[in-house]
Amino acid sequence: MNLNFLDFEQPIAELEAKIEELRYVGSDNEINISEEISRLQSKSRELTESIFSSLQSAQIAQLARHPQRPYFLDYVERIFTDFDELHGDRAFADDAAIAAGLARLEGKPVLVMGQQKGRDTREKIRRNFGMPRPEGYRKAQRLFTMAERFKLPLLTFIDTPGAYPGLGAEERGQSEAIARNLLILSQLKTPIISTVIGEGGSGGALAIGVGDRLLMMQYSTYSVISPEGCASILWKSADKAADAAEAMGLTAPRLKELGLVDAIINEPLGGAHRDIDMTAANVKAALLESLETLESVGLDKLLDQRYEKLLSYGNYTE
Amino acid sequence: MNWFNKLLPSRIRTEGGAKKNVPEGLWTKCSACSAVLYRAEMERNYNVCPKCEHHMRIAARFRLDRFLDEEAREEIGANLKPLDVLKFRDLKKYRDRISQAQKNTGETDALVAIKGKVKGVPLVALAFEFKFMGGSMGSVVGERFVRAANVCLEQNIPLLCFSSSGGARMQEALFSLMQMAKTSAVIARLNRRGIPFISVMTDPTMGGVSASLAMLGDINIAEPHALIGFAGPRVIEQTVRETLPEGFQRSEFLLEHGAIDMIVDRRDMRDKVASLLSILMHQSAA
Repeated sequence: MNLNFLDFEQPIAELEAKIEELRYVGSDNEINISEEISRLQSKSRELTESIFSSLQSAQIAQLARHPQRPYFLDYVERIFTDFDELHGDRAFADDAAIAAGLARLEGKPVLVMGQQKGRDTREKIRRNFGMPRPEGYRKAQRLFTMAERFKLPLLTFIDTPGAYPGLGAEERGQSEAIARNLLILSQLKTPIISTVIGEGGSGGALAIGVGDRLLMMQYSTYSVISPEGCASILWKSADKAADAAEAMGLTAPRLKELGLVDAIINEPLGGAHRDIDMTAANVKAALLESLETLESVGLDKLLDQRYEKLLSYGNYTE
Repeated sequence: MNWFNKLLPSRIRTEGGAKKNVPEGLWTKCSACSAVLYRAEMERNYNVCPKCEHHMRIAARFRLDRFLDEEAREEIGANLKPLDVLKFRDLKKYRDRISQAQKNTGETDALVAIKGKVKGVPLVALAFEFKFMGGSMGSVVGERFVRAANVCLEQNIPLLCFSSSGGARMQEALFSLMQMAKTSAVIARLNRRGIPFISVMTDPTMGGVSASLAMLGDINIAEPHALIGFAGPRVIEQTVRETLPEGFQRSEFLLEHGAIDMIVDRRDMRDKVASLLSILMHQSAA
């Protein structure tokens, strides 16, 4: 099994391996096999298109957690200039699971923030797998109000399995830290755009995700609980995660349909990790477009609209 | 039938029928100290065990009934009913779970909102019904909370909420998560207008409810020994792979770590809340 590919992508992996093999043979052989290679390449493309045109929710959840998927700082590097990271909550610690800083978007000053996962084991542990502790949310809180003070649009990037469920996190008030962020963001006097780039894991995601625009990458997910957690509680078995993923409707198209997400950002064929530059360009275009729209609305009206939007969430009869 | 019963003449045999003469539900057992208690006396005592002071879980309506003054009560948002737009189905259909919960509790959803007075101080009081799907927060809970807060904003009266909830309602998926943002947004409005919001956390207050409205009180109160936290103890145990210390995530633990202002015995709640609110509202002593 090729680890660069997910289980449902293995037929593609096999084709790609064949192409590699032919290339190797071709390089020390006189025979012209380029025709055969291009035939296989187009076949691989067709196969990828067909597999990706009918993905199950659980497969999209796998893509959203793909180990090669671009993380927050991969986007920062490609979308923004003059990024300077700011650290610490001024009270307890600097939580590396949330990174944030000042930057420019096409020259325009902004404040960017996102949950950050690690690539290798060391980094994963340092970033706590992208699961923030209260000090991370309080660093975010400090920078939210700073964005307001200096009239900087706030651009957040969501990518977390959830807020960290640990002893220390509970002692230091994980609940309060998240709740306070929701309250502050609901009335923060600056435009806020949140983009789900990978996993949108429950309250831990929402704590940096309340704003004027919610964007989702094509293969990202956003849900109230992980499919595994939902399955083990409601189905009494974590093996039913695929059913839970389907039932919760955690994909971008479904959430757009339900009116919970404003726009979907397309990913290249095979997912964001197949072409990170192109993905970042798509994100940048979406951010510029949303920001232009939001800035054309006056700040007072923007806040009223945000409030109305927050209060409109939900389905009930009377 | 055991060997002893076989030896007895038939007229002495009880056939397990002795219990049938005792009327159903006259007696109850404390869930903490197992003391057998007379139910009517328990209810008089606000369902606090007279032997060990354990605060048992109580129904939302019973709680509000005991908490509020008798006159001038008005229910808010009583006509709101849940909808299953996702057609959610796990081992059971969400629709069936709703009707079952409605039948069992007599409530339409997991939050009851009543405008009234406490020792003469007007307010809107809310209580979560834990027996309605674990007091989980879905769209109706969120909307009722907002309508209650809107009454407070219109009439300049305080809001109080007794929480008792496992968290967000999974069957409403992302809609339930968004109720956290919705309820927090309306609390921000109360804050800005200087209208007090008192949060009373009762056993248990967890997950999405704890991480939104419950922790946002101007004053955070807890009942004694209530379980209050973000992640459930089992989830934490699985993550950190060690046994949690005694009293972890209990009210007393939260007070020690600075998350709440005070622990108040259920039987003193009326007096305490009336006193706090009359100060915050600049009224003469209740």
